[in-house]
Amino acid sequence: MKTLKRILLVEDSLKDIDLTLAALEEYNLANEVVVARDGVEALDYLYARGKFADREPGFPVVILLDIKMPRLNGLEVLRQMKSDPVLKTLPVVMLTSSREEPDLAASYELGVNAYVVKPVDFGRFVDAVKHVGVFWAVLNEPPPRDHG
Amino acid sequence: MPLRNTPIQRKLMLIILATSVVVMLLMRGAFFTYEYFTFRQATLRQLSTLGEIIAANSTAALAFANQDDAKEILSALKAERHIVAAALYDRKGGLFAQYPDRLASGTIPAVPGAEGYRFSNASLAGFQPVVQKGSQLGTLYLRLETGIIMREWIWGSVQIALAVMAVILCVAYLLSRSLQKQISAPILRLAETARAISERHDYSVRAVRPGDDELGRLTDAFNQMLGEIQTLNQELEQRVVERTAQLAAANKELEAFSYSVSHDLRAPLRHIDGFAGLLVKSDGAVVSERGRGFLTHIADSAKQMGVLIDDLLAFSKMGRSEMKIGPVDLHQLVAEAIQSMQMETQQRAIQWRTGDLPPVQGDRAMLRQVFVNLIANAVKYTRPRDPAVIEIGCQNGSTDEVAVFVRDNGVGFDMNYAGNLFGVFQRLHRAEEFEGTGIGLANVRRIVSRHGGRTWAESQPGAGATFYFSLPKSRKPKHENAQTHPLG
Repeated sequence: MKTLKRILLVEDSLKDIDLTLAALEEYNLANEVVVARDGVEALDYLYARGKFADREPGFPVVILLDIKMPRLNGLEVLRQMKSDPVLKTLPVVMLTSSREEPDLAASYELGVNAYVVKPVDFGRFVDAVKHVGVFWAVLNEPPPRDHG
Repeated sequence: MPLRNTPIQRKLMLIILATSVVVMLLMRGAFFTYEYFTFRQATLRQLSTLGEIIAANSTAALAFANQDDAKEILSALKAERHIVAAALYDRKGGLFAQYPDRLASGTIPAVPGAEGYRFSNASLAGFQPVVQKGSQLGTLYLRLETGIIMREWIWGSVQIALAVMAVILCVAYLLSRSLQKQISAPILRLAETARAISERHDYSVRAVRPGDDELGRLTDAFNQMLGEIQTLNQELEQRVVERTAQLAAANKELEAFSYSVSHDLRAPLRHIDGFAGLLVKSDGAVVSERGRGFLTHIADSAKQMGVLIDDLLAFSKMGRSEMKIGPVDLHQLVAEAIQSMQMETQQRAIQWRTGDLPPVQGDRAMLRQVFVNLIANAVKYTRPRDPAVIEIGCQNGSTDEVAVFVRDNGVGFDMNYAGNLFGVFQRLHRAEEFEGTGIGLANVRRIVSRHGGRTWAESQPGAGATFYFSLPKSRKPKHENAQTHPLG
């Protein structure tokens, strides 16, 4: 058993953060969640710089990435991660309101691991977040790493 | 080959040659007539001169009644091979001597006739008095065979005529061959230019002006028309470019709109539903039982709006997505549509009836959606029926379109309110009776109309409903030009 199964939630909307955390709470996954409020913060976290300079070492087991965000959007974060030899193996799950084809196509082309549309129905939203959280944070074996 | 299909060069040459031949024949005819009469006159004169000489020579023979001398004189006529008979009569009109010696009886008249020479058939014959010092000693008869002479003369002149004609024809042919080019060459050049333009669609080409005659004016008119076509073509192309750009911009705007609807309108709904749900789940002390009811309503409305937005986005996408036209087996589509509704239909008693459905041309996925929507409606609105009867078939009759129908024995509707049936979010039943947003038939109409077809419905309240859609047999899609642009 790894010491810490951390989830990085990249989401600009406070309401969505609350809802996602509420959903994860039901499965006791919430206290291992780190929140980045946009793409820049997400990359800051991954590279342990800026306000995350003193963060605990190691990488999250999964990144839940919203697409539409101020400053740097989710697709751009994904592009930069996938072009970085260290970050490119990190599992990324798009968790977004959009089911528009261009977003879907672009995400998969950039090598996303999963694409989940947030359902309007809260019950189904909770289910979706639960499945994502349980699968990536519990069931899935993260890529091997010496350091982080 | 009929004359009107003959090339213009040959036509011109034929006209020139025919004219030459006719003119030559007419001239030859006139000349021949003149020659004929001249020839007769000359023959007559010759014979009468000959007669005078022989008459003069035979005066002594007649005067002394010397028959031998007379025969001698007449036999000199041997030199004139066309003289076939001659005779001398004495003063009393009796036959005195004849040439040649043996003659068929009747060849020579028994008694002399009136003086003078006359043409009869194929011969010239006549009598001439033999006179010495004012007294008539007798009469000379001469008969010239003209048939042979005539034949020889005619044959000769025909030969000459043929030779002249051949020469004239040769000259006329050579002359017409070079002269006809004056007229045919500019016409052929014009025709060649026209052909090249219609093949290459290059309206910037201009025909070369041959001169200032009618052909020159024709060329001017031709070039002017070309100029007009070129201008119109350019204007048209320019307009197409502008319209395409406008259309592309409109499409892009629509896409951006739909994108932002998808992202931004759904998020607040999710929040409303999410937090209302969290409140309901929270401790009972915070929210009263009645408040929980209100919260459930809030959550339901948010979900309903989410469904409406999804339907609207799908509807909008249906109008923009590119059509993939191919042969479609409607039987298979119906089977798939029925299969996709298994969840709803397995607890129900439904009699399915499928008639003959012809193969059509269309977008398979879109037409499948049409059947799914129509059959789903039929399943939904026959819910109070046991058994429900749903019939899918094709209406015969029209030659230029295929009319497919989906008929049910469900609750039906009042035709007075059917006008808006195919509109977006238009419903004829309350949501508590029959669920749904009212997007299905709007989608059906949009898909069918993009295939160039029509949609209509017939019903009576309580007596079931029949929904029709038609597809043209020779498919001419309505807005395909707008769809072929790769706008994402």
